[in-house]
Amino acid sequence: MKALFRPSLLVLAVVLALLPFALPNNYVVDIAVRIALAAIAAIGLNLLMGFAGQISIGHAAFVAIGAYCSGIVTARFGWPPLAAICGAAVGAAVVAWLIAKPILRLKGHSLTMATLGLGVIVNIVLINEVDWTGGPDGMPVPPLEVAGFAFAKVRHWYALAAVLLWLAVLQSLNLYESPAGRALRGLNGSEVAARVMGVDVARFKVRAFVASAVFAAVSGSLTAHYLGFISPSIAAFTHSVELATMVVLGGMASTFGAVLGAALLTALPQLLGGLHGYEMVFFGLVLMLTMMFLPKGLVPSIALKLRKKA
Amino acid sequence: MSDFMQFVFSGLTTGAIYALAALGFSLIYNASGVINFAQGDFLMLGGMVTAALLAHQMPYGLAMVGGVAATVIVGLLLYRLAIQPAGEASVVSLIIITIGASIFIQGVVQIVLGKNQQTLPPFSGDRALQIMGAYVLPQSLWVLGTAAVLVALCFGFFRFTMVGKAMLAVAANALAARAVGIPTARVLQLSFGLSALLGAVAGVVAAPITTTVYDIGLMLGMKGFVAATLGGLGSGLGAVVGGLIVGLLEALVAGYISSAYKDAVPFVMIIVILLVMPHGLFGSKGSDRV
Repeated sequence: MKALFRPSLLVLAVVLALLPFALPNNYVVDIAVRIALAAIAAIGLNLLMGFAGQISIGHAAFVAIGAYCSGIVTARFGWPPLAAICGAAVGAAVVAWLIAKPILRLKGHSLTMATLGLGVIVNIVLINEVDWTGGPDGMPVPPLEVAGFAFAKVRHWYALAAVLLWLAVLQSLNLYESPAGRALRGLNGSEVAARVMGVDVARFKVRAFVASAVFAAVSGSLTAHYLGFISPSIAAFTHSVELATMVVLGGMASTFGAVLGAALLTALPQLLGGLHGYEMVFFGLVLMLTMMFLPKGLVPSIALKLRKKA
Repeated sequence: MSDFMQFVFSGLTTGAIYALAALGFSLIYNASGVINFAQGDFLMLGGMVTAALLAHQMPYGLAMVGGVAATVIVGLLLYRLAIQPAGEASVVSLIIITIGASIFIQGVVQIVLGKNQQTLPPFSGDRALQIMGAYVLPQSLWVLGTAAVLVALCFGFFRFTMVGKAMLAVAANALAARAVGIPTARVLQLSFGLSALLGAVAGVVAAPITTTVYDIGLMLGMKGFVAATLGGLGSGLGAVVGGLIVGLLEALVAGYISSAYKDAVPFVMIIVILLVMPHGLFGSKGSDRV
């Protein structure tokens, strides 16, 4: 609980609370909501990529699992949205566990390929199981309603997304400082060294993967309710790559880096008036250039510069 | 029975393509320890550039040479501009760079050559031949023949030429190779060029059957990787056998179970393979350097 009183968390809380007063119109608030929802998924992915040193380029699959679980059980079975979100998170966790258990015992690139495969499979399922998912045309999702309160306005959504984002950051920072988090960082430094020190490497990697899947699923569920409509493009490879780019650009192993990455990659295209088919060139360049010239990512590099000056 | 033979032939044909992709993975993995996520895009580039040149009224043979040459140049550039400058970066960084390169290549192709599926005319007509009760397109024989020749050339290259042996030396121990005077950087560059060449040729001979599109490299690359893992990463023989097995299983699933889910086969396979035999069929059980 020490983390609650961290200055960075207090600053984040203040910024999130004051931000809506600074935002001129609903269009900008809408972007802020999208950033917060994307950041939740990015923070989760950062647990895997930054802390456990494992790359996933299929994380959109978990976002899609969250979105479609929520969409299907609320629209077709009349579940309350909150129960649906929890159910979706559990579902994503189970899928992640089933995949991670055998594969994470092995070398780095195995999981990367497996996640790529998972992304492809989820995409195929979403397109083919038309009766459940609406197929390529997608399906509508009922609006979010919790205990009789309907989240109808963009500003309601902002409040919800801001609180959840703050909680996600808190969770991530807590994990970072926990024994498990230290173990995970050890993995990234040297797996063998961590193992020698008695860390159950495989178990921690599995945990990181499952946690990252849950973050992604929650982000997906909320996105589905927020947009009111989902289509298989949510599981697309480009979406997975977008998430990975957020983490890499912001800085692997940096929670605030993931948030900054999500903010930049969500807001920039909006400000530029959309990428119009240049998404892949853009994400590809950002990935390559960051790794070549700023391998630690933005936030850790800036932090290092500031510390050197001080 | 004739159904079965039909599936076997189509499985072997796609399997031969996966085998060439797997061979490309193994080449670069051996030389640098990096899984090149842009490997599938080499196959895509070969087919797409050839199709584009063909559309500009270039004779077929010349267009093929152009497509392969363009891909090899991209492979060499990938090493020179992205992998080499990263220097001693961790393998994770290098993998992210190749992922970035893969997306970048797809993005550029999508913008310059368009999003549409392209196809190439078959090399020698499209009248199916009847072999053992199955109808086989002449192009399938081209694919199988080309794959066999390329694989034989590869084995010869590593067995009988100095350059090939130098590559093996770098694969075995880069530091020691440098100590005896092998220019490791140039060998690494060569491995990227060679696997681009393998990929491009495979992409060109396969395009008349599979058609090609800017994002087909994703699937081809993934299946090539599954094939390489099944055979044992880094093993040439393993890559070929692995490719053929993946192709066969996929064709049988498509034929007897569900064609919509045939692309799920490699994914399920990779989990089973990694569980049951993490080193693949022909892989070495080498220990890790710490």
